[in-house]
Amino acid sequence: MYTIEVHNLTKRFGSFTAVNNISFQVKRGEIFGFLGANGAGKTTAMKMMCGLLLPTSGTARIAGYDLKTESKQIKKEIGYMSQRFSLYDDLTIKENMTLFGTIYKVPKQELNERIEGHLTELNLMKHKDQLVSSIPLGWKQKLAFSTALLHHPKIVFLDEPTSGVDPIVRREFWSLIYKAAAQGVTIFITTHYMDEASYCERISIMAEGDLKLIGTPTELKIQMGVNTIDELFTHFVNR
Amino acid sequence: MSVIQVQNLNKSYNNLQALTEISFELHKGEIFGIIGPDGAGKSTLFNILATLLAPDSGDVSILGMDLNRDYKKIRKEIGYLPGTFSLYPDLTVLENLKFFAAMYQSGIRENLTMIMPIWRQLIPFKNRLVGKLSGGMKQKLALCCALIHKPHILLLDEPTTGVDPVSRREFWDLLAQIKSYGISVLVSTPYMDEVTRCDRIALLEKGRFIVIDTPPQIIKDYKGKLYALKTTQLFYLLELLDQYEENCSFYPYGEYLHISFYQDVEQAVIRFRDFLNQNQINYNSFQEITPILEDCFIELIKKNRDVHH
Repeated sequence: MYTIEVHNLTKRFGSFTAVNNISFQVKRGEIFGFLGANGAGKTTAMKMMCGLLLPTSGTARIAGYDLKTESKQIKKEIGYMSQRFSLYDDLTIKENMTLFGTIYKVPKQELNERIEGHLTELNLMKHKDQLVSSIPLGWKQKLAFSTALLHHPKIVFLDEPTSGVDPIVRREFWSLIYKAAAQGVTIFITTHYMDEASYCERISIMAEGDLKLIGTPTELKIQMGVNTIDELFTHFVNR
Repeated sequence: MSVIQVQNLNKSYNNLQALTEISFELHKGEIFGIIGPDGAGKSTLFNILATLLAPDSGDVSILGMDLNRDYKKIRKEIGYLPGTFSLYPDLTVLENLKFFAAMYQSGIRENLTMIMPIWRQLIPFKNRLVGKLSGGMKQKLALCCALIHKPHILLLDEPTTGVDPVSRREFWDLLAQIKSYGISVLVSTPYMDEVTRCDRIALLEKGRFIVIDTPPQIIKDYKGKLYALKTTQLFYLLELLDQYEENCSFYPYGEYLHISFYQDVEQAVIRFRDFLNQNQINYNSFQEITPILEDCFIELIKKNRDVHH
């Protein structure tokens, strides 16, 4: 069963085509890596999939809902986190989670239990009343991911979630991703770390608005006759 | 000969100790890399060296000048690319360059040769608003602006964060060229793969340098015996390994599991193979490998955290 179905999605800004006729599907519980150079159109494509930007043409069904007519329902079924914005610095850990849980209308009687479940898993229960401004970035990113999962979304969009964190935390973060995927959450992730691309079940590479390539990392390396994802990436992005 | 000398530098913000007893030298014409996660103290260090922030204690000398006394003179001799985006998005590419040249009372024409390898790539976009450039292009322009007054020292605070791998490689090619003009470069990055291109590296962890050395020496000093295992059940295996009682350290690395043994390695490897078989893990290859810098940093960071916890 597909939770993301994209058909001929196109976005033009004036005469500039940011996303050019892209089509692909992502399965329930799949970890899908969305790679591409800066300016390749990844962010524009993601914004459309999250229901934040209308396409010029093409359609998509996200979590079973139509992109053009049901964007409100889509927003309820997806979670989102990025490196640039995750949590409010001047609220505590618990307050942040309560805020986001409430915005997403998690039933009151369940919210506390879910929050404590996540905090226990992250070993952060005893820090729950600490201000987010005072905690290390690594904790923040893991918390932001857990917060994005609070309302049990079908899909989580992760936009460079591991930028700037140390190599150990980066790997701990991926363990969390795998746990969520194993529970059936679809993971849609962008990253500039090529070793992380190998952790994805399938990856795609965008360049100049086109979806150049899509498949499992191993398949694509064989298909293109290269040894590493890095070479694969360079091949398509070289200008 | 060193162009920057830092001794026992400390800096705190209210109760937070941002930098602790930092000491190092930047040699003339070298590329010195500072690697560390966000929050390690990289930008604090850069702000101090750029004379924008006063340290609590410690001695800093830049090109033989004292940081506290001669900061105005120092500013003329350094080029600084701050971690936060520093150009004017509502000016064009060329206008930005002209602006920075004017601020440093420097002409564009006389220094154009030096920035030409970078500037050449920007010429087709010279009349474009900087706000409309891609991330890689913005950073190239920022580099031009930091170089336009021909500084002796270039301070680059995370110039490639958020930039794609191909643009990042181009950026490092440019740094190698800049180095060939005799300019000394201090550069920070969160990307482990980039620091192989530095002459020396310092690893910054919670405000302290936990190692300063050349890349080959850091690899030589790796303590464990490192093995790589290729399996399609990587994350399942990682979960199993949480219960594995052996003096070893393991983590995923791309499609591989990296596992490092510290004692009685031969026997440890045999026990590990048994463990794989008992749990019916399918694997294609399992062999000893030479660590790369990321392995070394993981080892150093883990060791450092064990000491401080």
